[in-house]
Amino acid sequence: MTSVELLHWARGPGLQISVAIFVLGMVFRVAQNYFIGRDKNLAEPRGTQFGPGMQTIVRRSFFHPGMNYRGYFTLIAGYAFHLGFLITLFFFSQHIDLFRGILGFGWPALPASVIELSAVVGIAGLVAVMVHRIFDPVRRFLSDFQDYFTWLVTLLPLATGYMLIHRIGLPFTEMLALHILSFELLLVVAPFTKLSHMVTIFTSRWYNGAIAGYKGVQS
Amino acid sequence: MTVSVQRGIQNLIEQIDAPVASFFTSCVHCGMCADACLFYTETEDPKYTPIHKLSLMRRVWKQEYTFWGKLFKAVGLSTPVTDDELAEWEPLVYDSCTLCGRCSLICPVGNDIVYMIRKMREGMAASGHAPRDLKGATYRAATSGSPMGVKLPALQAQMRAAEKETGLEIPMDKAGAEYMMLLSSMEIMGFPEFIGATARIFAKAGVNWTLSSEAFEATNSGIQIGSRDIAAQLVQKVVDAAEKLGVKTVISPECGHAYTALRWEGPNLIGRAYPFKVMHILEVLDQLRAEGRLQTTGTEDARLTFHDPCQLVRRGGVVEQPRNLLNMFAPNFVEMKEHGIWNWCCGGGGGVSANERAKPLRLQVFDRKKSQLNEIGVTTMVTACANCRNMLEEGLEHNSMNVEVVGLTEMLAEHLAD
Repeated sequence: MTSVELLHWARGPGLQISVAIFVLGMVFRVAQNYFIGRDKNLAEPRGTQFGPGMQTIVRRSFFHPGMNYRGYFTLIAGYAFHLGFLITLFFFSQHIDLFRGILGFGWPALPASVIELSAVVGIAGLVAVMVHRIFDPVRRFLSDFQDYFTWLVTLLPLATGYMLIHRIGLPFTEMLALHILSFELLLVVAPFTKLSHMVTIFTSRWYNGAIAGYKGVQS
Repeated sequence: MTVSVQRGIQNLIEQIDAPVASFFTSCVHCGMCADACLFYTETEDPKYTPIHKLSLMRRVWKQEYTFWGKLFKAVGLSTPVTDDELAEWEPLVYDSCTLCGRCSLICPVGNDIVYMIRKMREGMAASGHAPRDLKGATYRAATSGSPMGVKLPALQAQMRAAEKETGLEIPMDKAGAEYMMLLSSMEIMGFPEFIGATARIFAKAGVNWTLSSEAFEATNSGIQIGSRDIAAQLVQKVVDAAEKLGVKTVISPECGHAYTALRWEGPNLIGRAYPFKVMHILEVLDQLRAEGRLQTTGTEDARLTFHDPCQLVRRGGVVEQPRNLLNMFAPNFVEMKEHGIWNWCCGGGGGVSANERAKPLRLQVFDRKKSQLNEIGVTTMVTACANCRNMLEEGLEHNSMNVEVVGLTEMLAEHLAD
């Protein structure tokens, strides 16, 4: 297979397969959890579930009084990486072209300089969380193979994208194919690993807020 | 695999529900829950990280409820939970967790970790891996109704003493009373002044109340050890007595876990809603205040603070009531920096104070409360849980700290207007 053929495969069947695995895998993951079910609460409620659940989805994204340095670091580095990654993914003009091809519609892109910054911030955030994972005793203790593997899989699209734009490493065609394949790897890996938190974070936060809300507690 | 391990795993499987599956799916191993747990903050030992305490349950979830886990198990590529592992996790699940729920409030992905620890204890207890002292307390509760083996004559003796002290009748088995009051064994044996204080307040407020000779114990060892059957049996006893007397409300005494057991877990344990309300004594007192039936006189001039029992605030929703009551007569009431739903546990909840093996650890983690108190420099600490009170007194004595611990109901009774 030549590099051009590889690029064609990555843009065509590769993308279709990985998106299908991602979407079906995530739906399966959420459904699998949901259908385990939970018992109806028979205690007399003091509050409601839906509203407090929704509030907790929002509230857990912010700083709160129970945090110390590990919390602040995790939140700041986490924001840097997540925002950097998502801005780069959704607001880079070439990416929007790709979405337009799939979805049939697009949206305005951000200037290349902003994307450059977001990619660098995203990479820096990822490096920071890994340094923290290695050197912080609690995080090192909790970490398993999946924590390191998913980190690498998340870093690859950002790193190859950066290298592609700056013409670092492989020739353009090979690097572009590698960049697309790395993103497809992320899509395929996500439903089977802790990366599925990108969807289940909403259900978990909702359950937490709903359980507390039923008792009239703000969570 | 031994029968007891199988029983433990089976119990864990039954305990896993949609929220648990979602929580385990979402955990990213960020470690933020460690900072919410006083067992980690005061020891800095990573093994006390709350989510780590659930590792075995997580493995069971993976093997039983996920596609890949089931596949790996089917082809013999998964590692089953062993008896040795359950034994290793026992101190983590019982000695170093008070079920305080602070971790559940801090988790960035929203995992209700203590909801899962409560469930994990079901598997631990079923496999036989629970602390000896908790097993003893649960046995006593199941056979005599009280975890400390307190029987009716002991209560009657304390009632007589309270009647003599207050000149009021302490009603027992009064059919048609509006409220049925429960007590904890710790109150009956350690803080019996609570009985007289309650009688005085209720007499002033014109509350029609009673105790029951058939169910006077509010605590529930079945919940602390993680045995639904025993927990349900203990709740049923209270429900039967309340229905027999036809009361409208059952009052949980100054005890956090008793409140959670009766108010939030009870109906789910016995499988039906109650025909009566359950209120914590502070909720009743605050309601009387709001209705203008509770008048106080004089002030408590000591610089004092309030220790929130975890099961009342974070896990129970009783936050404002003690503050409303204290503000009636305590002008020098100051809050600890972390208070209300963000309070720090005393270190003795969730059965930890009943577990002698955990004593050195719970005294070590009391350093958190010690530093909280040192920050504000109070001479009195008010609380509303006999178990917290016992632990606080133990911790203060261990640290040679000169802070008096008082129950809020008693303090309020001292300021009743004539």
